[in-house]
Amino acid sequence: MKNHRSGSIAALALGALMASTAFTGAFAQEETIKVGILHSLSGTMAISETTLKDAMLMLIEEQNKKGGLLGKKLEAVVVDPASDWPLFAEKARELVQVNGVSAVFGCWTSVSRKSVLPVFEELNSLLFYPVQYEGEESQRNVFYTGAAPNQQAVPAVDYLMNEEGVERWVLAGTDYVYPRTTNKILEAYLKSKGVAEEDIMINYTPFGHSDWQTIVSDIKAFGSAGKKTAVVSTINGDANVPFYKELGNAGIKAEDIPVVAFSVGEEELAGLDTGPLVGHLAAWNYFQSVDTPANAEFISAWKAYIGDDKRVTNDPMEAHYIGFNMWVKAVEKAGSTDPDAVIDAIVGVSVPNLTGGYSAMMPNHHITKPVLIGEIQDDGQFETVWETSGLVVGDAWSDYLDGSKDLIADWRKPLSCGNFNTVTGKCGGSGS
Amino acid sequence: MMLIPPRFRRSPARSRLTQHVPRVAAAWSAVLFLLLAALVAPAGPAFSQAADPATRELVNALGKGSFSDTEKQIGRLAETGNPAVVMALEALSEGDLYVRKSDALVVIGKRAGGAYALTDPLTGENLGTQSGGALDKIRVNNRLRRTIRAALGGLTLRAADATTRRQAAEAIFKARDADAVPALDAAIAAETDTSVARLMREARAAAVLASDSPTEEKIAAIDTLAERGDRDALSLLTAVTNGAQAELHEAASAATARIQKLQAAWDTARNIWFGLSLGSVLLLAAIGLAITFGVMGVINMAHGEMVMLGAYTTFVIQNLFRTLAPEFFDYSLLVALPAAFLVAGLVGVGIERGIIRFLHNRPLETLLATWGVSLVLQQAVRSIFGPTNQEVGNPAFMSGAFEIGQLTITYNRLWILVFALVVFATLLIAMKFTRFGLNVRAVTQNRRMAASMGIRTPWVDALTFGLGSGIAGIAGVALSQIDNVSPNLGQSYIIDSFMVVVFGGVGNLWGTLLGAMTLGIANKFLEPFAGAVLAKILVLVFIILFIQKRPRGLFAQKGRAVES
Repeated sequence: MKNHRSGSIAALALGALMASTAFTGAFAQEETIKVGILHSLSGTMAISETTLKDAMLMLIEEQNKKGGLLGKKLEAVVVDPASDWPLFAEKARELVQVNGVSAVFGCWTSVSRKSVLPVFEELNSLLFYPVQYEGEESQRNVFYTGAAPNQQAVPAVDYLMNEEGVERWVLAGTDYVYPRTTNKILEAYLKSKGVAEEDIMINYTPFGHSDWQTIVSDIKAFGSAGKKTAVVSTINGDANVPFYKELGNAGIKAEDIPVVAFSVGEEELAGLDTGPLVGHLAAWNYFQSVDTPANAEFISAWKAYIGDDKRVTNDPMEAHYIGFNMWVKAVEKAGSTDPDAVIDAIVGVSVPNLTGGYSAMMPNHHITKPVLIGEIQDDGQFETVWETSGLVVGDAWSDYLDGSKDLIADWRKPLSCGNFNTVTGKCGGSGS
Repeated sequence: MMLIPPRFRRSPARSRLTQHVPRVAAAWSAVLFLLLAALVAPAGPAFSQAADPATRELVNALGKGSFSDTEKQIGRLAETGNPAVVMALEALSEGDLYVRKSDALVVIGKRAGGAYALTDPLTGENLGTQSGGALDKIRVNNRLRRTIRAALGGLTLRAADATTRRQAAEAIFKARDADAVPALDAAIAAETDTSVARLMREARAAAVLASDSPTEEKIAAIDTLAERGDRDALSLLTAVTNGAQAELHEAASAATARIQKLQAAWDTARNIWFGLSLGSVLLLAAIGLAITFGVMGVINMAHGEMVMLGAYTTFVIQNLFRTLAPEFFDYSLLVALPAAFLVAGLVGVGIERGIIRFLHNRPLETLLATWGVSLVLQQAVRSIFGPTNQEVGNPAFMSGAFEIGQLTITYNRLWILVFALVVFATLLIAMKFTRFGLNVRAVTQNRRMAASMGIRTPWVDALTFGLGSGIAGIAGVALSQIDNVSPNLGQSYIIDSFMVVVFGGVGNLWGTLLGAMTLGIANKFLEPFAGAVLAKILVLVFIILFIQKRPRGLFAQKGRAVES
């Protein structure tokens, strides 16, 4: 009796373990190329990351319909790091060592990326990171397909300065690494443009902050100094909904004090009545509303895949679309999925993006992207009001920060360095 | 019958506004609009005659060129002074203006199902429907919207409706357009409503400051603005202080100093209101816990998830309303309240019967078990509704704000405060004056004695836990109005709830009320100085110190029941 029971518990545990680590479908008969997907499916970040998991599954399915890669089928290996940063490192190790994946697509928050960096370095595997981030990093095994600050934050500030005539700035963010670094860069940038110290207000709030009354009232007060004021928001995910609700209720209109956000996309607006928010801005490299054939095709494929006509697409999904296609092309070019071969082959690879152009992988492992500024519409979509005339090259090391302006990253041989100091001529100037 | 938007019917009255327009055009448009007025009732094809070709050409030109071209075009339209353009401009600012590709005509398009219902922007004539592909949207941005608002202000300054005139005055106040002074003078002379007239005088003062009027006039304007005394006035006056001649500078800085002093007083009032409002949210979140943890002594980590379930019930109920009876949407919350109480209450009873009753007097196990339950509930909701935020609408009576002096009070916060107090009072009465309340108190004070008096203690336990959970559920209904409805909703409230109950004194409802309000106000007074992050830390440190001094909280329970 006792034996039987412990046996069934073991079976249960095994089952749970298998379910949690991989739903790879049936044990594949033929040889496949495995692709790891490292996105949180539970916990606080599930809200954003689940969509990316689905987008990756769709891309892999489509690639298989086209005949797979190097004559083999692709096989997705999905793991759930559960919004737990140390677990990201464990799961990354598991993907590479246990499942033997050729590349991993994943992570959202900077802290999760930082937590997996050593793993990818040690095991020499590939990570494609699809989210806009604070920069100040370039790693041999990581490809940054989201925006660096010069592909999002700086152009957005330029837009407000030139088009809206903004002279006074509120930099509001959630208290963690991405907003702090971005705001540091923006502050340095604004000062270089002649904005005075007292015309910049910096404000940080805890994760998931929900009582915005004081801050909204402060912004209103700050805005009544006789100069045109704007808010640059790096407020993260969930906290945005109460923030925008409070703005709407307090009667702050976009015409008076516009808010430009770097973390609010179509997905975040889905939980909001956007009527009172019309005219507030967001800066991204992609909007669902962009009118190109490639985008229309992507949107209809996504809606069909997910089986819900109301689901939206967003910028990080496009980043995965670009990153995945780059990887596919690099593997074809190298003729193998060996990480070293792919790292050498991928620099210079150029694939179509969804906004009607081509994005290329640069030697610093960042990509070229157009920058779009959009205004929120009452249907929860963005309308592009401004875009860069050409593509912007992602800059790993900001030109506006003291520690990093002399640094460049170039992973081509013979330099092969993520932080080459052009003044001292040495690799490893500062930072990672 | 043609589709004529209501605002169009008022347009004859607007035709009186012809102040700074050449006489001929004024007369022409007046005749035109008398004609129009006659035509409004028996609407017919005669309407298309009403659009004069010059204006038509200007409106059609809106669809050409870049944002700055459109901006110039708006200026030209405003200069005509023709009230007929009001409808076109309003549609443009709402993003409803399109160019019909077939004939390059600018039309108003309203989404109707898959297609757009088109109307003529000048006459309101119905132009049938067309698919989105046949139309090009005229794009607007913030700058254009601002320009339009100012232009509309000039055009509607003498509308028949006082609210429209008020908006017009406010628009001009914000636009600070020096050219608006003559129009304002005329409007002030004709104004009958004193509050609107005051707004117009303030708008005039703003316009005068932007113009090159003589210094005396500007000083008079500064006085008018100083009397207004709010942040908008401060904003204008500060702009004057930055770089003006000595006399003006002096007057303006004296006025700013006066306003700033006034603002400081209002800031205190504002902080108190914000504190009460935050306190009411804390109270709502904690009050259910005051029953389950405070009265029953169960460390219920799944309390936040009960709040979350209440919020999701609201979402489901609102969706039902949207599909079945959209006209009664404003009442959806009234239905959601009992529904959320039942859903969360039943889940609560289920948890008590299924788990907690086996863990009596084992706080650590209860804590871990309910923590597990909270994770299960979160993931269950995530699996059913998806991980993304769900949209919960604000009914009309909970949207917007009103002002007392210079204190902006948003309706949703006000209603939540009222609601929290009502829930609190109801619960207090239920615990004090009903038989059920008596039983609950008896069981928590002395379980064995109560049992031997014939009270079915397991029943009372289950119902009490259900009551606490149900109240958390209705808190979820209220919180869905200010926070986002996602599976993580509950997590953000659980720590705050425990803080309030422990601080207020376990087992005492009054303590919970006072604790919530104290923490709310303390937080809001600290926030302006320390920032949101540090304020939260400071409050936590304060509570830790306070608990060291008074381990049983603000209102400690006394008596043998506690000692045992």
